Amino acid sequence: MDALLQQFFNFDIMMQASPIILRGFGMTLLLCLVVIPMGLLGGLAVALASLSPIRAVRWTTIVFVDLFRAIPPLALLIFVSAGLPFADIRISPFAAVCISFLLNNSAYYGEIYRSGIESIGSGQTDASRSTGLSATQTMAYVILPQAVRNVLPDLVSNTVEVVKLTSLASVVAFAELLYAADMARSVTYNASPITFAAVLYLIVLWPVVRLLSRLENKIEN
Amino acid sequence: MTQYERFLDTFFNPAVMAQYFPKIVEGLLVTCQIAILVVVSGILFGLALALLRSYRWAPVNLVIIFFVDIFRALPPLVLILILYFGLPNVGLTMSGYIVLWLVLTCVLAAFSEEIFWAGILSVDKGQWMASRSTGMSYTQTLLNVVMPQAIRLTIPPLTNRTIAITKNTALGMVIGVDELLNEATTAQAFSGNATPLMMGAIAYLILFVPVVYLGRYIEHRFAWRKV
Amino acid sequence: MSYGKLEVLRGIDIDVMPSELVFVIGPSGSGKSTFLRCCNRLEEPATGEIIVDGTSITARGADLNAIRRRIGMVFQSFNLYPHLTAGGNVMLALRKVLGKPKAEARLIAEAALDRVGLADKIDNYPNQLSGGQQQRAAIARALALEPKIMLFDEPTSALDPELVGDVLNVMAELKKAGMTMVVVSHEMRFAKAAADRVIFMDGGVIVEQGAPADLFANPQHQRTRDFVRQVEH
Repeated sequence: MDALLQQFFNFDIMMQASPIILRGFGMTLLLCLVVIPMGLLGGLAVALASLSPIRAVRWTTIVFVDLFRAIPPLALLIFVSAGLPFADIRISPFAAVCISFLLNNSAYYGEIYRSGIESIGSGQTDASRSTGLSATQTMAYVILPQAVRNVLPDLVSNTVEVVKLTSLASVVAFAELLYAADMARSVTYNASPITFAAVLYLIVLWPVVRLLSRLENKIEN
Repeated sequence: MTQYERFLDTFFNPAVMAQYFPKIVEGLLVTCQIAILVVVSGILFGLALALLRSYRWAPVNLVIIFFVDIFRALPPLVLILILYFGLPNVGLTMSGYIVLWLVLTCVLAAFSEEIFWAGILSVDKGQWMASRSTGMSYTQTLLNVVMPQAIRLTIPPLTNRTIAITKNTALGMVIGVDELLNEATTAQAFSGNATPLMMGAIAYLILFVPVVYLGRYIEHRFAWRKV
Repeated sequence: MSYGKLEVLRGIDIDVMPSELVFVIGPSGSGKSTFLRCCNRLEEPATGEIIVDGTSITARGADLNAIRRRIGMVFQSFNLYPHLTAGGNVMLALRKVLGKPKAEARLIAEAALDRVGLADKIDNYPNQLSGGQQQRAAIARALALEPKIMLFDEPTSALDPELVGDVLNVMAELKKAGMTMVVVSHEMRFAKAAADRVIFMDGGVIVEQGAPADLFANPQHQRTRDFVRQVEH
């Protein structure tokens, strides 16, 4: 038991590693601030394109969505960061993370928006168009506000997944929370720094997960 | 060499392809194997937890909820690193393969427990009363009346979640499991050529595009969205 | 007018006079609603011409959005925007189509809601209103744009019987104020009391039309006779 505590919950080592870990935590938050809005906007674009009246646009979008839902996010990240240099495109780990996250997250957020838009009855469009609003205005002021509200739990749930996904950035040496913790782990030969990182992830994500599961069960009741 | 030839030579090099094709196939098989194991054990474990939760024993439920929350909130890679690098120091050495399987099983179990539980709650109270009034026990009612109805509702979200978690088998690369992504990056490093990455990407598409389509089909088939 | 491959309407040729209330009756599936939805091109007629207030709305390049706001429409299922208050529902097109500033749009919304007896509900959301109140708010939404003509698509069919009266009263007031109206409905008593002309449609064609007193008391066609007898009992 003591060995377990020493190995996973060593307070001294955690304190020692805390400056580098907290800096990593800051980078994780920063990364979230970049990739979440990018994913939300990209997803919206994908959803609107997947409902386009032009068939070619619709089909291209569906292929895009299925392609990036089929590739594991880590594989996508590695292909982007290790593959692009072969095409003489040199990018930083941060850029590689942003590009692969944009592709992956747009596909997932896009599917959520689309199901929200499809959940709004055609009567709303009829009413809006009958008062002279254009198709674009109808989408912006009548359909989207309702659609987003309908799928808000799904959007939040996917955002939790995106925050968790940022940990993959450690694999391409972007100095976020898990990367910092794993550095500290390899120096101290002790897993406590990673436990520390886990606690930080929990502080951010546990309340959201709790809220989501209450929301889900409330809807079902 | 023209631009185009250089591109082909870098990303679709026939010699490199031929050389590493067996490795990529091996990796693909390992990925398939872990994926299947995780799906079976994860869903069964999650189902067991949801059934157990429906008996509403307060201490048991507290443990279940705690387990579910932790495995929903933590990035799988964090769990993988803690177990893989931490456990050997306390005298418990597990292969990367076992760690990957264990972590993904627990993650899938956590998510599927929530989905099954929501399904159980969604079955109308009248179904319970009707069944109990015919003399069936709680467990009989749960297994024969409630679960068959609940499962139907759980299939679309469960499919999508299972696909998402199965793709996490790629995380095995980080702890040296010789799955597809690991084979592809290793081959890329040895050959100094991007062709193995392309082969890896194509292999993932071959594996998961049909699964994604299956998910789409199931979502339409079982759609119960309100209009 | 064809819908998909099925031809729904054939040879509909009618004129609606200013301030006239035209009442359209007929069995379900007879094309009444489709006819109404063609009048503001929510449904695209395959051939033919529709002229409203001197402008052809079927002409190539017609400014549909400008035309539509002069044609008010009221739906069976109200179609209020659930994410906006009653006032917000009325103000949306005022602000986005007419570009009115917020304060002015609010004044217009207040007046429109007052006209349908809902002045005190301006800040209530649709789910806080009864069915009858929702439909009256929907009428106010159309009225606020000062339409030349109002189209009513079974405005009372989704309402509980005790709430129908309020909506019909508002429609009677509109008629009195000189609004041009086309009403698809099953409220025969209202038709007799308020309509200038009743049109009986069946199978996508106009079978017969006339003043309500004539058409109800003395229908010329067998199909009309059958239908009138059915709905009167």
